[in-house]
Amino acid sequence: MTTLPIQSGHIVGPNWRIRSKHARRLWEGGVLTSLVLCGTFSILTTMAIVVVLFGEARRFFLMPEVTLAEFLFGLEWNPLLGAEKHFGIWPLVCGTLLVTGIAMLFALPLGLMTAIYLSEYAHRSVRATLKPILEVLAGIPTVVYGFFALTIITPGLQSIYDGFEVYNVFSAGIAVGIMCLPIVCSLSEDALQAVPRSLREGAHGVGATKFDVSVKVVVPAALSGIVAASLLSIARAVGETMIVALAAGNMARNLKAGFDQGAVTGVLSAIDPTESAQTMTAYMVQIFLGDASNFGPEYLSSYAVAAALFIMTFILTVIGHRIRVRFREVYE
Amino acid sequence: MNRGAYQPRSRMRRLLKDRLFVILCMIGASLSLLALAILLGSILIQGLGHLDLSFFKDVPSAKPAKAGIGPAMWGSIWVCAACALAALPLGVGTAIFLEEFKPKKPWVRRLHGFLQLNITNLAGVPSIVYGILGLTVFVQLFGIVGNTNDPGFTFGSPDNWYYFQLPLGRGVLAGGLTLALVVLPIVIIASQEALRAVPDSLREAALASGATRWQMIRQMTLPAAVPGIMTGSILAMSRAIGEAAPMLVIAGVVYITFTPQHLMDEFTVMPLQIYNWAGLPQTEFHKVAATGIIVLLAVLLTFNALAVFIRQRFQQPLQ
Repeated sequence: MTTLPIQSGHIVGPNWRIRSKHARRLWEGGVLTSLVLCGTFSILTTMAIVVVLFGEARRFFLMPEVTLAEFLFGLEWNPLLGAEKHFGIWPLVCGTLLVTGIAMLFALPLGLMTAIYLSEYAHRSVRATLKPILEVLAGIPTVVYGFFALTIITPGLQSIYDGFEVYNVFSAGIAVGIMCLPIVCSLSEDALQAVPRSLREGAHGVGATKFDVSVKVVVPAALSGIVAASLLSIARAVGETMIVALAAGNMARNLKAGFDQGAVTGVLSAIDPTESAQTMTAYMVQIFLGDASNFGPEYLSSYAVAAALFIMTFILTVIGHRIRVRFREVYE
Repeated sequence: MNRGAYQPRSRMRRLLKDRLFVILCMIGASLSLLALAILLGSILIQGLGHLDLSFFKDVPSAKPAKAGIGPAMWGSIWVCAACALAALPLGVGTAIFLEEFKPKKPWVRRLHGFLQLNITNLAGVPSIVYGILGLTVFVQLFGIVGNTNDPGFTFGSPDNWYYFQLPLGRGVLAGGLTLALVVLPIVIIASQEALRAVPDSLREAALASGATRWQMIRQMTLPAAVPGIMTGSILAMSRAIGEAAPMLVIAGVVYITFTPQHLMDEFTVMPLQIYNWAGLPQTEFHKVAATGIIVLLAVLLTFNALAVFIRQRFQQPLQ
């Protein structure tokens, strides 16, 4: 029978069952084994991800109509329509990076400013109301943001400038930015809070204003945490699916046509935020919603795209954590 | 004379800069408030008109006025129950292993560190990748025992509530297990934090009075950490309810008008149904989607409130 160890301030006496030494050792061993098995499961998951993604991607590259060189360097992604299929991943990567870039344009400055405000300026009561609101924002499912982008942000943008298409990268980017805001904010705020008081007091003591203290002392001291927060939120934005599937459109941009007319046109066609673009995740959604026949090259191509996505987020997460652990300045 | 960072320039200008920065920060902070207000307000305005009791019972329909969220709601309940049954024991077990069995040998310690790093990485994997993993492993079982339409192993018939087949097919169990993979890192990290918050003095007291390591965990550490673990688990479950991308890969957008009858039954979940409605060209369906979002957000807010309540009510400060 279990009871809370502490009830109304006094300790309830323990009731360890006394077994023979042998039985006890056996029982402890069994428990430890099952816990180790639990732990192994998460390692198995990682291995399964690697095996599934890269195994199927390998099968994709072994197909006659596909080459690894075209996949890595090609500027045309056209697996479903047309007589000639093209598997060059850059149009999808470009879509993903464009959405991520626009999202970060909003999330990083706003998130950092909110974090500085919460950590350095806000009164305790303001903090107590703003933090739960940010938590609510963090808990909203991404499909809701996608709906918001499609029905509110896009019409809003169109009323400002009518060059925006119904599906456009800018509105998806704003929605992803709102989604990332709480992540940037709460992780950066943790980093700012970890800077000890003595640093602030020292700066105040030599005549710094509050602005000097926050921007020239506290932010640099917490920089590693802020960079890590940004990297983690970039990883989230890169892997975001439902928002871009709803609001960014389902046509991969043809970069080749743009670059054929010259480098400037090519770059402009790649970064135009008013038009639609397909991201890596949106392509996977399109395939798994049944636009492709099973086990053709276009079906397997989604595994190759998923492998590329996995590598991107993996690198971002690892670097983010490395920075957080290694460059964390320890203050005593 | 060296010009340090605090070389007094014009006092007025520095103070002005200071004031402007505060105002800028306040504008930044209130913009996130504004975003939330617009989001919730617009969804309420669009969706409240359609919200009535029959919305919970009706099935998805071609007519916007008659469309309801019934099957999707039941699908969400089934899938999340399966997800919780799989993810919570595994997650809490892993957390106990990581926190309570700190090894002394260097090479075992390295394994520990590797497991911890592995979990942080799993937490960063995009959820659609989990969907693809679930599709290949659970739904198709690598294609080694027949395919989804012609399963290699069956137990009972599709009319029985205990019907089971391998590969699992696009059913509730495959969806639940996939979601369990998605939320497992969240459960592990939250449980670890709860266990870490239990003071070592409790552990030492238990061990000193003759408890074995497991008796110590079972009767001292775990009971003290239960509120934290429950809070984390509820938040993980609310993540699971809102997750659409992996479910989209597993279930596809199918037209489901029934409640699942067994674990292999086809299903749809609330976020998927909302995605379906939001993607339709007719704007009437956007109102239906907004109504669905209201229901989804209401469920999530209830979960969050429950988590906060448990945290407030049961978490006594342990010294």
